[in-house]
Order: sequence, then structure tokens, then C-alpha cells
Amino acid sequence: MTPEGQVREEIATRIYQRAEEIASRALRPLERPRPAWDEGLDALLTSRWLGFPVMFGLLGLVLWLTIVGANYPSELLATGLFWLEGKLSQLLLALGAPAWVHGLLVFGVYRAVAWVVAVMLPPMAIFFPLFSLLEDLGYLPRVAFNLDRLFKAAGAHGKQALTMCMGFGCNAAGVTSCRIIDSPRERLVAVLTNTFVPCNGRFPLLITLAILFMGRSSVMAAAVVAGTVLLGVAVSLTVSWALSRTLLRGTPGGFALELPPYRWPQVGRVLVRSFLDRTAFVLARAVTLAAPAGAIIWLLGNTSVQGASLLSHAAYLLDPLGRALGMDGFILLAFLLALPANELVIPIMLMGYLSAGTMVELNGLEALGTILTERGWSWLTALSVMLFSLLHYPCGTTLLTIYRETGRVGWALLGALIPLSVATLVCYGINALAHILS
Amino acid sequence: MVAGVIALAGNPNTGKSTLFNALTGLRQHTGNWPGKTVLVAWGEALYRGRRYQIVDLPGTYSLTAASPEEEVARDFLCLRRPDVTVVVTDATCLERNLSLVLQVLEVTSRAVVCVNLIDEARRKGLFVDVDVLSEELGVPVVATSARRREGLGLLMEKVDAVARGRIKPNARPVVYSAPVEEAVRQLQGRLRALGINGRLGRWAALRLLEGETSLLATLRRCAGGGDPAERVIHPELARHRCS
Repeated sequence: MTPEGQVREEIATRIYQRAEEIASRALRPLERPRPAWDEGLDALLTSRWLGFPVMFGLLGLVLWLTIVGANYPSELLATGLFWLEGKLSQLLLALGAPAWVHGLLVFGVYRAVAWVVAVMLPPMAIFFPLFSLLEDLGYLPRVAFNLDRLFKAAGAHGKQALTMCMGFGCNAAGVTSCRIIDSPRERLVAVLTNTFVPCNGRFPLLITLAILFMGRSSVMAAAVVAGTVLLGVAVSLTVSWALSRTLLRGTPGGFALELPPYRWPQVGRVLVRSFLDRTAFVLARAVTLAAPAGAIIWLLGNTSVQGASLLSHAAYLLDPLGRALGMDGFILLAFLLALPANELVIPIMLMGYLSAGTMVELNGLEALGTILTERGWSWLTALSVMLFSLLHYPCGTTLLTIYRETGRVGWALLGALIPLSVATLVCYGINALAHILS
Repeated sequence: MVAGVIALAGNPNTGKSTLFNALTGLRQHTGNWPGKTVLVAWGEALYRGRRYQIVDLPGTYSLTAASPEEEVARDFLCLRRPDVTVVVTDATCLERNLSLVLQVLEVTSRAVVCVNLIDEARRKGLFVDVDVLSEELGVPVVATSARRREGLGLLMEKVDAVARGRIKPNARPVVYSAPVEEAVRQLQGRLRALGINGRLGRWAALRLLEGETSLLATLRRCAGGGDPAERVIHPELARHRCS
């Protein structure tokens, strides 16, 4: 620490000590105050030793409920949407639409949208309300309180814990929320590392792949997703630490975090708001992006050059790189094409896998598992995809937000390049390690 | 003729604005601080026929100038030198609030500490001994409940007494380690040569030790004070004085 930093530290510490000393002399209880229940709860939730396990446990519980609850409605939705596809197809044919229009609309646009809805809606409809309930209860400030120490140690501002929590909803919103950090240096650190926490758009992928490949039981799958989230937080801290020692040198300032009283959530209101503000919002975004993307993918898949579709050509080119990272060309292509929205990775990947150029008929998660296994997926592939999704560059909207918030194209580029290199390194490392071990 | 300028400082959520409203009634204005997106309100209060200008500074947790709000509060206290500074605190979490009180008292001794929300504290079974507090801090301390208009008369009485020099508070400074104190003593000597002396000199020396060298130029420009009448101005005109 610099001498100035030491003086700053000493002055702050002495003032707090003196404040404590004066308060202890001037304050007396009128009568014996009972330890209120919320103080007891705070002592547990923000305790030095139990705070983190409780946090991990709660996250795991929310994810487990999501995983257990999502399966059945997903199948139901898929059946319903598939039935609707048949009707749509009949209607178009009855209207005498040319084959390519029929293909583009039904197999391109409609199936992309239907897949997104069937795979994403059930987990979102369960996960977001549960998360909102925790939020309404007043738990998030406690999370920030627990994490504050770690962020300080990483040379970042304690408020970054809050902006990170925001990132769980949406990284673009997380980046915007970094405005609450006053010092420009610490704000940049927070902006550049926000993408390492999985946003709404990525949770469905993580949850789906965990269900399909990571566990015999739903408890196991929930633990894997919770572990992934934890890893994201750890990477966010590590990169913050590295940034504040290289590119963005400096020591963080302090701040007072007020822990608001616990409140019983207004369950009805929370359910309605979280459904309208989050579930419907994210879904609408995914659908509006999936529809044109579905059309483009269908065109790429059905335009043949030298005996193979453009999609296959691109995937073939990317294949060596994909293999090195434990994935394949189609997966990597999906990540590239899904730049506008992370929600699109699974749908695009599936479209690619079907060399016929359209996505599979959908009947829920089971079918998805079968297709992926047929394509040679192992748990290691799934792990690589999950890690890459967790760590790779943020979506286009977030990058645009970084540019708007910082006013420099350079920072937005860095906001993509830092995560990309971390994701590449981690995926390569894990697969190299697995190769050696086997 | 305004008898003096009174600044209200304090943490956010201490009922500072409620107190401001209670003291000024309808005689108040709000406006942006020059060059900052920080809202500052000012108004007037009458006490025994004397008119005081009251400035409601933005709520802050410290005076480290880490945010625009803190910078505005700090600039006002250090450079505009109000006749009395009232530090508003929340009786229910006094310990946390005292940190700002101690920081303000490093800038000026002409202060009155207002322990607000005393009714809340009572309800929570907490007793605040204002005499002990006053003894420890070295400035007058008044318990109030701005919401119920409790203790406001006594507060204005103390403020008026400090403003007119009937009470000359002498805040007890926070004492730092021997090396820091020694460095402060040396720097204070150099600052005195620039016309920055007394409590402000000690405060400036501490900030310089913390590495805030940019402060020096500002202090230098404002050292010397000038015509006392010039100090009674609206905050929106403050920039003309120091630049």
C-alpha cells in the first residue's frame, strides 16, 4: 500500500474507533431490549462462516425447484406448439404458398420461436418469481454485504457486489447499474467484469444442459448450476483483481451499506411483476430475435455451395477450433451467431445439427438429449459449453451498453476480449486436462 | 440583513430535509449546485427577530469527496465556512452517524449536533445521553424529533448562541498515531504561511497526507476570506466567490 493509502486507512479506522467509543458511552438501553428476530436472521445470513454456505444453499434450492418444476410444463408446451405447427403448415399449403416460403416460415421462423418458448419459458416462469421473492424479502443487500469483503480484497468497490447481483437479471442492466459506483476506476472494473455472472439469457442453457448431462438426480443438477454461478463470481473477482493491479490500478474507497429491514414479500404482486417484467420481457426479446435468426439460419442451411450448405461450410471451418475447446464447429458457430442474444445458442446449434436445414420436431427436453448424444456429446462437451456460455463475451446489447456508459469503443472491445480469452483458456485447459487424465 | 449562514449536514435518511422544512417553512428554494447535478436547498429561518440563511447540504456518509454529493458538502463547509454547521444524526444508529460528525468537527468547531429521530430511538428502547455526547464531542448536542417538531426551539437557541459567539464550542479532535500527528504539525506550519490556519489548517494537512494535493490550489485561492458580508450569498452564487 502507498504511504497515502496507509494514512487514509489509519484516519478512517481511528474515526470509526472514536465513533464506537463515543457511542458506547452515550448510548444506553432504556430497558432490556429483546434481540429482535430480524437481528437473529441477519446474524445468520451475514455471519462470517455460515453466510456463504447459506447463500449457496438458497441459490441451490431455487435452482432445484426450477429444475424439478420445469420438466413437465416443457413437454406440455412442446406438444402444444408442435400441434400448432401442423396446423400452420396445413394453412400455408392450403393458401398455395411456394415450398420455399413454407420452409422458411414453418421450419425456419416458427420452429426457432417454438423451441425458444418451449425450452426457456418453463424454467424462467419458475426461476424469476423465486428470485424476485428473495429480492423482495430483502436478501440481496445481505448478499452484497457478504461479498463486500471479497470485492474489497480484489481491489474493486464493494458496490460491485450489487451491480453483479443486477447482472444475474441482465448484464446490460448490470452494466448500467454500475453508475452507482462513483469512482471512474472502480466503475470500469465493475463494467468490464459484469458479464461473468450468468444472465437470464444464459440460465436456461445452464439449467437445461445440467439436467441432461450433469446428474442422475435433480439435486445434483442444481448443485452443478449453483457451482457454475459460484465459478462465475470467482472469475469476476479474479479478473477484477487482475485489472486493479494492471490496467486500472488503485485502491478502492469505502461505503456504508444499509441493510433494510426484512419484509414479508407481497407474494401476489411479486409473482405478477416478475412475470411481466422479467419472464415476459426476456421471452419477448428472445422471440423477436429468434424469429429473424431462424429465418437466416434456414437460408444458410438451405443454400448449397459445392454440395454442402453454407452452414455446414462455416461449421467445418470452425470445427478444429471447436474441438480444441471441447466443443465442435456447430456449437462455436452457434455462439458466434447468437451474439445478438445469448438465448439463441441452443436453437441455432440445433438448427445446425440438422443437416436437412431445419430444426428437429420438438417434444421436450428428452428429445434434445437424444439429439445431442447422437451428435457425440458427453458430459465433458456439456461442461465445456456451459463454461463457454458462462465466460464468453456478453451479448450485443451489453457491449453496446458498455460503449454508451464508457464512451469508448476500446472499453467495449475489451469488454468482449477479456471474457473471450478467459473462456478460451478455461475450456482449453479443462479439455487438455481431461485428455491427459483419460 | 442576514444574521448568519447555517449549514445542515448529515447522513442520508436522518430526517435532515424534514428538519430543514420544519425550520424554514415555506421560505425556501432549491437549485442545482453550480456545475454539479447535486440538488441543494436553501431557505430562511427567523429566530428572535434574527434572520438566518439555512442551507440543506446533500446527505453524505463522509467528507472524502468520493462522490459529487460529498464534494459539494465538503466544499461548502471548507470554503464557504458557514457560521454554524448543524450535523443531523439518526439516534437509532448513532455510531455510524458519528463518523461524519467527527469528520465535520475536523473542519469546524462552530457546530451543533442534532440527534434526530429521538422518538424512534425511544420506541426501540434506546436512551441517548446528550450530555455525555456533548462532553465527548466538545460541541452542543440537542435531541430532536423534526417530524413531531420536538426540540426545535432548543436547537435554534444553541445555533443562535454559537452564531452570535455566546457559546464558543471547542470540538475535541480525533488523535492519530504519533508519526501522523508529527507530519500534521510540520505541514500545519507550512500551511500557516499560506494563510490557512487553525482547525482548517489541521484538516488540510490531514487531507494532504492522504495524497489530495489538488486541494491546495483551491484552499489557497479561498484563503484570506474577504468581506464577511460576502459570505451571505445563495449557493448558486458561490462559484463567483472562489473562482
